[in-house]
Amino acid sequence: MDALSELLNGFATAAHPTNLLYAFVGVLLGTAIGVLPGIGPAMTIALLLPLTYALEPTQAFIMFAGIYYGGMYGGSTTSILLNTPGESASVVTAIEGNKMARKGRAAAALATAAIGSFIAGTIGTLALALVAPGVVKLAIKMGAPDYFAVMVLAFIAVTTVLGSSKIRGLAALAIGLLVGTIGIDPTSGQQRLTLGLPELADGIDVVVVAVGLFAVGEALWIAAHLRRTPAEIISVGAARMTREDWRRSWKPWLRGTAIGFPFGAIPAGGAEIPTFLSYVTEKKLSKHPEEFGQGAIEGVAGPEATNNASAAGGLVPLLTLGIPTTATAAVMLGAFQGYGIQPGTRLLQTQPELVWGLVASLFIGNVILLALNLPLAPMWAKLLRIPRPYLYAGILFFASIGAYAANLSTFDLWLLLVLGALGFGMRRFGLPVVPAIIGIILGPTAEVQLRRALQISDGHISGLTDTWFAKIVYVVILLVLVVPPIVTRLRTREPVKVGD
Amino acid sequence: MAIIVGYVPTPEGIAALDSAIEEARLRGQRLVVVNSSRGEALVDKRFASGAEWQSIEQRLTDSGVDHELTQLVASKDAADQILRLAEELNAELIVIGLRRRTPVGKLILGSQAQTILLEAECPVLAIKSHPTSPEPA
Repeated sequence: MDALSELLNGFATAAHPTNLLYAFVGVLLGTAIGVLPGIGPAMTIALLLPLTYALEPTQAFIMFAGIYYGGMYGGSTTSILLNTPGESASVVTAIEGNKMARKGRAAAALATAAIGSFIAGTIGTLALALVAPGVVKLAIKMGAPDYFAVMVLAFIAVTTVLGSSKIRGLAALAIGLLVGTIGIDPTSGQQRLTLGLPELADGIDVVVVAVGLFAVGEALWIAAHLRRTPAEIISVGAARMTREDWRRSWKPWLRGTAIGFPFGAIPAGGAEIPTFLSYVTEKKLSKHPEEFGQGAIEGVAGPEATNNASAAGGLVPLLTLGIPTTATAAVMLGAFQGYGIQPGTRLLQTQPELVWGLVASLFIGNVILLALNLPLAPMWAKLLRIPRPYLYAGILFFASIGAYAANLSTFDLWLLLVLGALGFGMRRFGLPVVPAIIGIILGPTAEVQLRRALQISDGHISGLTDTWFAKIVYVVILLVLVVPPIVTRLRTREPVKVGD
Repeated sequence: MAIIVGYVPTPEGIAALDSAIEEARLRGQRLVVVNSSRGEALVDKRFASGAEWQSIEQRLTDSGVDHELTQLVASKDAADQILRLAEELNAELIVIGLRRRTPVGKLILGSQAQTILLEAECPVLAIKSHPTSPEPA
């Protein structure tokens, strides 16, 4: 097997002491930020983007991937012990996990979450290693119109599937695309939306955008809602499971993996939907359906496996097509662009050491995460005692340093403030941040493909749809847009008839 | 007139509550129990949980002392809360728990007990936890 020998080379790269250290730092940091609600992997990677100026790409991505995986682990701890999800992917875990903790089974809940995450993460990473070369082979045949169609699908799916309101999602996407067009148009050389400011001619640095929207926006939002009655935390020792827990957990782990990986790989907006699906599946298949809602271990094991598998799945389109499906992947794409590396079909050939080293380090990171999380859950819970003013003062400090370091210009600091205010406003009016960040980072790439496709077809709009692949994708987009509203309407029609 | 006790779920806090109940009974005064948090951290172990707060209420009812419980989340430090309340209620006595602090800890975080001892208008009764009582884990 070609992929396997490449993977072994990857392990040689990942086992280098420096890379091991970065993997360790990454998972440690990832778990910590996963535990803290409001601070997700996307924000953390955004804050660490300036480090990429000093690090080798391999080291930086090993660390970022560790943060991505670690965040998925850490989020469950807060969900279970505090009933406050540390991370959006752990929302479902809180349903059963906190109930289990209240019944004195916190240790078992934490253990099934950690071991499930480990198993799903390992299988998911293996699937990533096996699937990626195949996807690349397919993707090599894709032309500009096909790429554009897939990117439109990513935009539409992330926008309409996530969150409660499609209009808000689209508005957020529009904001993102608008910010993404600032700067000199690469095709015609004209300045767009630069307001005559020479500093804007190069566009807005991705570090400034990501840090502004995530870190500064969130910090301002927290500052506006600072005081809350402290939540009750359930104290717990080291995580452990009984034989009965193992027996009830292993199937949900595997099912969760099977649900999470494909959902992560398609642009459907991250881990929220698959974790919910996994929860519903477990509830249906469980031999103890009466326990659901009272603390059923299956309801923790399934969704926790799912969110780690979807994190692994999310790396497939990122590494093979250069298309992010989550906010974290979008920020990682920004980091790739910062290095001048274009993730996509050629990445596996031009940067095999980077890709396979990254994949191998994910296996290692998973082992470290398991070792860190089983005995140390009580220690992670202590992080929740940090007063938020200290925490967010630190975040603002790093955000400002990062934004300044991007170009060593004070202009970027003003820009950071403006984008932070934008991020705050979006949170205030319920606009999701994820479509905006994907619009900003993926927008310019999508535009290049659109322009290229139109140049090939000499400006005819039919050039966008004349390959069979693009046609299929557009049909899928139509279905994504049309089917859910029709289903809702069909469901609501009956009561209306009764009303007549 | 009233007696105010600052309560925290620690051995010192419990010792302070014990003495305060004793004092309230001796003096025939109303006892006001205060527990507060700045609400800045997600978890504050010095903020009494619902179950714990109820057991204190039960204990006070059983002791037969006229009492009142206030639990609040506000921007001020616990010391400021207690001092303000003492002034409002024209308190006769403030009871607080005291524990040993390292000089560095006191330098960085300040001492709530010290603020109350120095700034209170009325007498302050400072209680140390019983040396035999177990340390919290």
